[in-house]
Amino acid sequence: MAELTYREAIARGIAQEMRRDESVLFLGEDVGAAGGVFKGTVGLFEEFGPVRVRDTPISEQAILGAAMGAAMTGLRPIAEIMFADFFAVCWDIVANEIAKSRYMTNGQMSFPLVIRSGNGGGLRFGAQHSQSVENWAMMIPGLKVVVPSSPRDVIGLMAAAVRDDDPVVFLESKALYPTKGEVPEGEIVDALGTATVLRQGSDATIATLGLMVPRALAAAEELAAGGIDCTVIDVRSLIPLDTQTILRETSATGRLFTVEENPRVLGWGAEVASIVAEEAFFDLDGPVVRITTPHIPLPAADTLEDMALPSVERIVTTIHKAMNS
Amino acid sequence: MTTTEASPVHDVDFKLELYRSQVALRRFETRAYDLFLENYVKGTSHLSIGQEAIAAGVAAAMRPDDWTFATYRGHAHTLARGVAMTPVFAELMGRANGLMAGKGGSMHLTSVEHGVMGSYAIIGAHLPIACGAAWSAQYRGTDQVAVVFFGDGTVNIGAFHEALNFAAIWKLPVVFICENNLYMEYTRTSEVTAVARPAADRAAAYGLEPILVDGNDADAVYEVARTAIERARAGEGPSLIEAETYRHGGHSRADPGKYRPDEEVALWKSAERDPVSRYRARLLELGVEEAALDRIEAEVDAEVDAATEAAKSGAAPGEDLLMKDVWANGGAEWRN
Repeated sequence: MAELTYREAIARGIAQEMRRDESVLFLGEDVGAAGGVFKGTVGLFEEFGPVRVRDTPISEQAILGAAMGAAMTGLRPIAEIMFADFFAVCWDIVANEIAKSRYMTNGQMSFPLVIRSGNGGGLRFGAQHSQSVENWAMMIPGLKVVVPSSPRDVIGLMAAAVRDDDPVVFLESKALYPTKGEVPEGEIVDALGTATVLRQGSDATIATLGLMVPRALAAAEELAAGGIDCTVIDVRSLIPLDTQTILRETSATGRLFTVEENPRVLGWGAEVASIVAEEAFFDLDGPVVRITTPHIPLPAADTLEDMALPSVERIVTTIHKAMNS
Repeated sequence: MTTTEASPVHDVDFKLELYRSQVALRRFETRAYDLFLENYVKGTSHLSIGQEAIAAGVAAAMRPDDWTFATYRGHAHTLARGVAMTPVFAELMGRANGLMAGKGGSMHLTSVEHGVMGSYAIIGAHLPIACGAAWSAQYRGTDQVAVVFFGDGTVNIGAFHEALNFAAIWKLPVVFICENNLYMEYTRTSEVTAVARPAADRAAAYGLEPILVDGNDADAVYEVARTAIERARAGEGPSLIEAETYRHGGHSRADPGKYRPDEEVALWKSAERDPVSRYRARLLELGVEEAALDRIEAEVDAEVDAATEAAKSGAAPGEDLLMKDVWANGGAEWRN
């Protein structure tokens, strides 16, 4: 075991796949010689050279179009969209072209590509560099969506995403880049569509992902001290969605709380809550409660951003109140 | 651009094939229009009547493993690569024997086995995608070329500019072909475009030569395409070609095209401008017997008739197709 940061895990995860498969290429803005604006891709340019690690102009449509055209002709590109908010300038390629073309062509084409992007808030970057957009990607038929929360999962889910024959949107929580975690030696390969249970409790279940995972775990510790013992599920993969783990763990405790960084309306937890309402209603001892960012653009000031994103304190208070009402 | 002595464009048999191809595109599209009126074709459709010389001339210059990226006005470009008429008619009719079993429709014709890598219905989107295919050919050293067709309206959308710059800086083997039919949908392009030549006048911005060609002359189109494709194959980078042409009909099924002056439409439909009539006259001038041309036309008509009937006889797509092929495993499951 070695301790790696989340940002170091990104370069290691990409390198792991580029070493084993020459069809894996990597492109994006400032990803090569500069090592990425978040320093998440340091060393790749030096190891794999300018042909496989390519710097691009500020042209998000060209970046993702290039990835799509390369994927449909047999390569496995990884494309970086620097900030997930920038998906808005290339969403046609994502939502209309990459996502739909396999179905429209009756399966004539495959798109084995990964779009990785720095997602979410916590860095005081303001509304256009901070939104958590996992729900944008989740609601498009034809896209797979993963959100790793730990360095180990960054590597394992990156491998799963690269080796998958479908397009995967790989969202990295920017605020997690400096966080550390234990990572085993050797190759790490996960499966898409698998949630992990990080903490087992008996009173309530929390489903969460990305930046909200460490907050949910911290909240669970505080709640346990107050007598509420929580299960914490790291959902990890929104499409495919491991509903069986969520349903099983919800039925076991009788309560479900989602902790989501995306803005409230049609956040991923709305779909989870709806599934639980339809399929585990009679196992519930109380309403499903969603803890989310409010339905607002994210403010820049640290005090305001901290109020907007679900905090450990808000998770504790909300769950405590719900469990005692 | 000059015609070199070595060019097959001087060969009469080659010209007869180019004529056959243009006649086939014309007759296919004419039948497709009739099938709309008879309600066999639902939804919308965008015909290439009047623009056949470009699809035919460029396809003749392509290698079988080169790639075509077409637009929603893509019947002609698809057929010109050798895709049979029956599955294309059937796709327009939404039948299970369609090119994509009815799942794509008129605007998304695709036949990977013929190098037709999709028809794209969002303006400009396929230019960067063609760059990606070209990048793939460059990386794998296959010397394949990506050819991407688009209309004059496309030069005013961002993806056009991103793709041109991208292709130029990476020296990608891609040939951009602007079919300038003078109208972007219902508006005259010159009224909404800052330069007179929508594509050619933009070439310099990407370090490319401005290339203009008479898009209603299949021989001229062929020669320009051949040069550009050879250049791309040789690793010399992209080309941007503007081919001036005219669509005889409206933008789509819903559009009678009344915003165009009658005399303008008549001029472009005249024997002097219409690509099929012009090419026929050229062949006669070269001494080809009229009977040989009549025979080609009759053969094409028979092919169109047979394909129409074969397409009509196809079943409606079954429910088994609905939840198929969202994912590479053939299914549509998004949860366990």
